[in-house]
Amino acid sequence: MERYYSKEIECAPREQLRAMQSERLVSQVRHVWDNVPYYRHKMEQAGVSPADIRSIDDITKLPFLKKDDLRDSYPDGLRGVPAKECVRIHSTSGTTGKRVVAYYTKEDIDLWETCVARALVAADISDEDVVQVCYGYGLFTGGLGLHGGAEKLGCMVLPMSSGSTDRQLQFMEDLKSTVLCCTPSYAAYLSESIHERVLSDRIHLRKGIFGAEAWSEDMRASIESSLGIKAHDIYGLTELSGPGVAYECSVQNGMHINEDHFYAEVIDPDTGESLPLGSKGELVITSLTKKGFPLLRYRTRDICILSAEKCACGRTFVKMSRPMGRSDDMLIIKGVNVFPSQIETVLIQQGYPANYQIIVDRVNNSDTLDVLVEMTAENFSDSLSKITAKEKALVAELKAMLGIYANVHLVTPKTITRSEGKAVRVIDKRKI
Amino acid sequence: MGVRQISVFLENKSGQLAHICRIIADAGINMKALNIAETSDYGVVRLITDKPDLTVRVLSDEGLVCRCTDVVAISVPDVPGGLADVLELIARKNISIEYMYSMMGNDGKSHAVMVFQTEEPSEVFAKAGLDVLCGKDIGISEA
Ligand SMILES: [Zn+2]
Repeated sequence: MERYYSKEIECAPREQLRAMQSERLVSQVRHVWDNVPYYRHKMEQAGVSPADIRSIDDITKLPFLKKDDLRDSYPDGLRGVPAKECVRIHSTSGTTGKRVVAYYTKEDIDLWETCVARALVAADISDEDVVQVCYGYGLFTGGLGLHGGAEKLGCMVLPMSSGSTDRQLQFMEDLKSTVLCCTPSYAAYLSESIHERVLSDRIHLRKGIFGAEAWSEDMRASIESSLGIKAHDIYGLTELSGPGVAYECSVQNGMHINEDHFYAEVIDPDTGESLPLGSKGELVITSLTKKGFPLLRYRTRDICILSAEKCACGRTFVKMSRPMGRSDDMLIIKGVNVFPSQIETVLIQQGYPANYQIIVDRVNNSDTLDVLVEMTAENFSDSLSKITAKEKALVAELKAMLGIYANVHLVTPKTITRSEGKAVRVIDKRKI
Repeated sequence: MGVRQISVFLENKSGQLAHICRIIADAGINMKALNIAETSDYGVVRLITDKPDLTVRVLSDEGLVCRCTDVVAISVPDVPGGLADVLELIARKNISIEYMYSMMGNDGKSHAVMVFQTEEPSEVFAKAGLDVLCGKDIGISEA
């Protein structure tokens, strides 16, 4: 039977939710106008004032915030309350330039933990569970986010942080962890290590909460079967609090957005135009309640689809698909859009590990795509022709999926940098 | 009656073969034969050693992908036309060969050894009148 952490909100009638969102947006816009000069200036430039925002329908009048805005306003240009009222910061690194610092009041932390607790209960986790958190602790929101939600729910939490696989497995076995929280690639890595050490019979895991990284349905199936668990997706961004903005229910088909705290829209990433539900586009999130770092219409760069179809779990929250790539992760190679997740899907279908690296370069004014793939015992043979035949099949499937040719390079297992934190999947050497 | 061969995945990176040989040497294993098949990107190293089980273990422990398969070793007279006779016989019997390579004989007599990978059982070679060798004949100490 489906369980809920806050049933009256999670299953509220849509009209009631919408009324709540309208009321909260109006007061949030007023809060930002009064306290965040950076955004007030943006509103003034767009010719909008708080008086124009009377319901959630008016949200499209508001200007967007982009990651660049967050960098420009570093370190505290978007903080919504005096530092004295903040109790914590988290920070996310950009690949270029300055970091982004996000601020939290005591209430912000509480609402974040509530969102995470809903995610855990939706995965049928309760205070009976032993939750092993292997996301990094510190500035990264993964560790403390899952930790806070699990503790709020009353679980016993193992604050392992990332790394040290030996210690992870030791605690997992000795303390009988039932829930694993980490990146999907680290879950896949732990699962391989468990099988190598023949520990499967001594592991008690039954659920996994995996996020912070792109993964595919095939990767989920492979992790679920190798660890004997149900793997649930969780979504969030440091800019918006952290994991728990959206979470998966027992249906495991899309993530419910915590709509009492976050309002979601999808836009055309090129024109900024709002798209109807069901369209594929860039996810834009408005924080309706956070006071420390109150972002309005923040462009997440994640490409996804929103759906308001009735979910079998009973929740009325809108669902987002798993991000299909990031608008800025998308590689344009020979004029073709390529998402790393497409390559991952093919690798898993062809029996290769999801640990890969993509190298894009430009040789003689033409783009090249190279993919490093790890050899496995199953794909290896003493016969070169058998290995080559499998490699050719992989190249053909990649061509079918991507529409362009990829140079595959088979390498020794575990030689591609492993992601105990986040994976380095793409190296773009093009100087454009 | 087959002879066990160890094959190892070889990434095309400088020092890879030296790395494999050093691992084997450090385990006190003696190599009897080495053959490499390669593409421009990777290769398969095929080895016959005096301790096949130990060889697989030490290579796997180092994270290398390897496997053990049976091959057929045949004694070839060390005279002009020795190999031609053997291969003609194999061709006449329609025995298909995936790959082959030569190795040192172990008996100090004037014989060479050819190693064959084939789908056929080694009895087919013996029935064809060829001198099929067992592991002991070529210095494999593990059973
Ligand atoms: Zn649901």
